[in-house]
Amino acid sequence: MIDWMKKLFGQTPSSSTAKERLRLVLMTDHLALAPEIIENMKRDLVDVISRYVEVDREKVEVNFEREDKALAMLANIPITAVNRQSPPEPPPERPADPPSAIVESTKDEVAAPASTHAGAPPRRKRRKKPAASKAAPAQ
Amino acid sequence: MDSAVAESGQDDVATPVSDAAKKLGRAIVVTSGKGGVGKTTTTANLGIALASRGARVALVDADVGLRNLDIVLGLESRVKYHVLDVLEEKTTLDEALVKDKRCETLSLLAAAQTREKDDVDTGKMRELIGALRERFDYVLIDCPAGIEKGFVNAVAGAEEAIVVCTPEVSAVRDVDRVVGLLGNRFKPQLIINRLRPALVKKGKMLSVDDVNGILHLPLLGVIADEPEIIVTTNKGEPLALRHEGQTAAAYHAIAARVAGEDVPAPTVESKENFGDKLRAFFGGRKA
Repeated sequence: MIDWMKKLFGQTPSSSTAKERLRLVLMTDHLALAPEIIENMKRDLVDVISRYVEVDREKVEVNFEREDKALAMLANIPITAVNRQSPPEPPPERPADPPSAIVESTKDEVAAPASTHAGAPPRRKRRKKPAASKAAPAQ
Repeated sequence: MDSAVAESGQDDVATPVSDAAKKLGRAIVVTSGKGGVGKTTTTANLGIALASRGARVALVDADVGLRNLDIVLGLESRVKYHVLDVLEEKTTLDEALVKDKRCETLSLLAAAQTREKDDVDTGKMRELIGALRERFDYVLIDCPAGIEKGFVNAVAGAEEAIVVCTPEVSAVRDVDRVVGLLGNRFKPQLIINRLRPALVKKGKMLSVDDVNGILHLPLLGVIADEPEIIVTTNKGEPLALRHEGQTAAAYHAIAARVAGEDVPAPTVESKENFGDKLRAFFGGRKA
């Protein structure tokens, strides 16, 4: 039905395609031009995860990939040990750094059914950042 | 060299204190990153529009090696000296400035055609713009494309920026980059050039909102993609020399806004007549 309507009214206007492509490419550009943002984000990300498991900070890798219409952040965070006894404490008071909150964690390759921190030590955490953030002209 | 070319150098920002001491003119760089978006045409027309308001205006072609502002203005036959002659003290600033007879308060300082951008000393360029600011109300600097030495030199003496962007992905991306490089110090303002309203209406061209939804810059105005601009460039008689017509009026409105007047930013309306509508209805193309 939608396809039929598209045919009738013409395809997606190319200006929308242009706008969408620009939005994505500028996000990538801004990230590439602001390595300190990535460094800060990496540090905060590891800080949070370290509350639950021990992390090898030296080997943390953060990359960005374009996935269809969104920009995905892929973090590879080697975990060296898991704290068995302590349940997650309330997050310590810490002013949040501005850029891009990590919203949805897609693929936790952790087998544990209910509580994440109790299961087998996960090798990887994959986090995804939706591309909703407006491309701020900051560099 | 002219004795006036001594002060206002070294520190990065033109300090407001010195502005007050001696009323300096405004040095505005016209830039875009991408080539071919209409920087030179915009500089020429905006310069004429500002001068026709009675302001003293100097146009500086910073595109060393690819001089063009003179030919767009129709002043190419009167250029004797260029920026580098002044910087290298082969002549005085007064000697090098070409006065436009059609527009008495407008002068041009042409670029060197046979030299390279690397031949220009950034510090000296900054001093030169400083000297021009002492005798003109506006110094408009036509920046070369790119973000290398030519851009750095063109920007060196400026304290404000006007960025020219066409509704194309490449131009928008480059403006975004240039604005990032300029930072907040230059208070960049946007002119959207070569808009084709009929295409925007059909969804075939980025609209003003599309472009500025990405760039988020104060909008000085929109200039239509007007065949008349090609003709005026052919003749060396920029459109702003006239006062009638939508596009000429747009340049004058932009000049008024630059001068601080509270006039609305010129927009471009689609001028569809019945014939256009009929053709559009039957699937024909126009524009």
